[in-house]
Amino acid sequence: MQVTLKVWRQDSPGSAGEFRTYEVRDVSPDMSFLEMLDEVNEGLIVGGEEPIAFDHDCREGVCGMCSAMINGVPHGPDGGTTTCQLHMRSFSDGDLIVVEPWRAAALPVIRDLVVDRSALDRIVQAGGFVSVNTGGAPDANLIPIPKAQADTAFDAATCIGCAACVAACKNASAALFAGAKLAHLRRLPQGQPERYSRARAMVEQMDAEGFGSCTNTSDCEAACPKEISVDFIAEMNADYFRAALKGA
Amino acid sequence: MELRSNVPSGPIESKWDRHRREVKLVSPANKRRHRLIVVGSGLAGASAAASLAELGYAVDCFCIQDSPRRAHSIAAQGGINAAKNYPNDGDSVARLFHDTVKGGDFRSREANVYRLAQVSNSIIDQCVAQGVPFARGEGGLLDNRSFGGAQVSRTFYARGQTGQQLLIGAYQALERQIAAGRVAMHARTELLDLVVSEGRAAGIVTRDLVTGAIERWAGHAVVLATGGYGNVFYLSTNAKGSNVTAAFRAFKRGAAFANPCFTQIHPTCIPVAGDHQSKLTLMSESLRNDGRVWVPGSAGDERSPDAIPEDDRDYFLERKYPSFGNLVPRDVASRSAKEMCDQGRGVGPGGYGVYLDFRDAIERLGEAAIAAKYGNLFHMYRKITAENPYRVPMRIYPAVHYTMGGLWVDYNLMTTVPGLFAIGEANFSDHGANRLGASALMQGLADGYFILPYTIGHYLASERPDLASTEGADFVATERDVTENVRRLLAVGGGRTAQSFHKELGRLLWERCGMSRSRSGLETALRRIPALREEFWESVRVPGGGESFNQALEYAGRVADFLEFGELMCLDALHREESCGGHFREEYRTEEGEALRNDADFAYVAAWEHAGNGRPALNREPLEFEHVQFATRSYK
Repeated sequence: MQVTLKVWRQDSPGSAGEFRTYEVRDVSPDMSFLEMLDEVNEGLIVGGEEPIAFDHDCREGVCGMCSAMINGVPHGPDGGTTTCQLHMRSFSDGDLIVVEPWRAAALPVIRDLVVDRSALDRIVQAGGFVSVNTGGAPDANLIPIPKAQADTAFDAATCIGCAACVAACKNASAALFAGAKLAHLRRLPQGQPERYSRARAMVEQMDAEGFGSCTNTSDCEAACPKEISVDFIAEMNADYFRAALKGA
Repeated sequence: MELRSNVPSGPIESKWDRHRREVKLVSPANKRRHRLIVVGSGLAGASAAASLAELGYAVDCFCIQDSPRRAHSIAAQGGINAAKNYPNDGDSVARLFHDTVKGGDFRSREANVYRLAQVSNSIIDQCVAQGVPFARGEGGLLDNRSFGGAQVSRTFYARGQTGQQLLIGAYQALERQIAAGRVAMHARTELLDLVVSEGRAAGIVTRDLVTGAIERWAGHAVVLATGGYGNVFYLSTNAKGSNVTAAFRAFKRGAAFANPCFTQIHPTCIPVAGDHQSKLTLMSESLRNDGRVWVPGSAGDERSPDAIPEDDRDYFLERKYPSFGNLVPRDVASRSAKEMCDQGRGVGPGGYGVYLDFRDAIERLGEAAIAAKYGNLFHMYRKITAENPYRVPMRIYPAVHYTMGGLWVDYNLMTTVPGLFAIGEANFSDHGANRLGASALMQGLADGYFILPYTIGHYLASERPDLASTEGADFVATERDVTENVRRLLAVGGGRTAQSFHKELGRLLWERCGMSRSRSGLETALRRIPALREEFWESVRVPGGGESFNQALEYAGRVADFLEFGELMCLDALHREESCGGHFREEYRTEEGEALRNDADFAYVAAWEHAGNGRPALNREPLEFEHVQFATRSYK
């Protein structure tokens, strides 16, 4: 098959970007979207141009490194998938495909489709952990956790930190990212001692990084490659308010 | 070069306890005056950086990705072993040790493996305390499963995402130390060389992948946790960024490289779909618990699988290995699949695939039960192949997955360069010639959480290294080498991409140094690799400049190192005239075609030493087996 790409090209954080158009021939439907970009880049290099910069690593949908708005949708048209797991069979011969980086003030463009997501690490630094040092942990089975509760904690913990939620949100909110981490830890006995201070610190860091507020439109849930539920955002808000009441 | 393993004397059960008691300590006040460099942020690197910072050391941690949470440990699916014996099925430290030595085909160091089994239980405790959401049973306690043909259920897991959950646990511990100001994290920063000064590891030279700035970093010790080199084959289950550069640069600065030919080929991966293929995707080997592996009984059978009657199918693993059947270890399963395809009985495009069929399991247990166990894997398979494995058998083929070889380390995980440590997949120590399932996560975390924090302190307290000045002659000279290498790559200006060389090298190694190897094949590879390397330096094209974000430049540098490293791997495979674990030499096999080990001549670690432009020198560390008797693995 054959597709036309309109790709956002931007040399550096400060420079003006523009869309450039690439005609791509001989696309196999079995190619992943990134393999299609690999082929485009091979051609650009041989032709003396600079290849399209994009983040990627595991190409198995779990490292969270790949990104890109594809026809206005984070990670493209398939639900519950990352860009690296999107295959060209999801497109039709002759399609025009528009490819852009994540757009959010808190995620500045580094080059082309590559953005700086270090703000998400700083949200975790604010409290997204259990304060336990190596050594001295009690036997693992001394902490029984009801299976249903552990399973829900796991659902929240499947977040891969890709920032599709931020990119999908009209407010560029990171509420689903922060909410998922808080939900994972608040469901476990290990996470209880810091539950409220953690909620307060992570929400405040999210604000400090310039992410917007959540207005419950659920676009984040629709875009999340791991299909994480917006219910966790409600839990975050509840714990944030409790934190204020408790003075945590 | 003298290889001193520094294994403590005394009974194997008490070596580590005694060693911990006897190692020298750095006082709390002195720890913060020590700067430690940790390169890599996977399970080994993140756990080490966090644990060292908790102890009070000042840590600089580096990773090439945009966040330490991306490291490829995250993609491990199956689980992590520990000798907890929660299921009451007879497991123990001694049994885990025994299985690991035997599974490694007697090419690992007993004392290291015993220690690994000993600390395995603490890892599970630590991870649970951090909030890692392991699978649990109805009573709220941890669940275990049998994995990779083990006779006991010792594998802890978190659905098919165990690596992700363990890595996020270590990442969170690391982020906590970053917030506390005890770790300075340098993401999107790549080690391009090791600085050795006065015979010690004194620091590293890096390139900032965003700005292109070349920088020098001094440390009292340097820890490499930079993973394996499976991507030398181009196609592997590794992440695209995984590379050998850090380990190979250390080799060129004097660190011995051990057993580079010991690579693991995983039997259950999704087959190659075409020339555009950029990586291979692993399907957890837990699938072999219920799936049956087969090929058509005769070559050239083009019928669709459902049209092939039972009598025309060859369930070759069940036929060849009646007692283990589909659960034979990875190396055996992989070689058998290759053998079938070589006989022209392979299925799918190009004939490089065998069926993994769930028809019988679905009949026996019902589709819902299979979906509950393997739903995410079936989903992934369907996404990639557009085939429904509930209706049509999966097609699988072996793929490069893990590398047992790595930098040679002693009992303290220190390389032959004093002050340079290697942990996790980057070292060679625990898996011998073949790694057992669910043991990689165990080893990475054992090294980072529980072993290195003791042994690095011993080095610092007993050797009292000074912090070198980054203005010193060795730093300046190393930076000059790095800058010159970057300049050279950009200056070639030929017409071929780095990827085209990488693909060519990968194909050559897969054919000549992959699942089965022969003298003539390896000699061919050893002739062709230098020629390919020469061509690379004459005709590679690296676009853009050195002073900006330039992924093509990063990649070309890694491919240049693979082009040298591949030769070392073949050299090692050629010299090891036996078949053991993942290393199968066609000349050394039994009458039945099984691997034939040669313990009399090859029960040693081959530690290769860089020798300038000459052939690397071979050093041998003899392996003694006092606790596990030499035995031939038999799965018949």
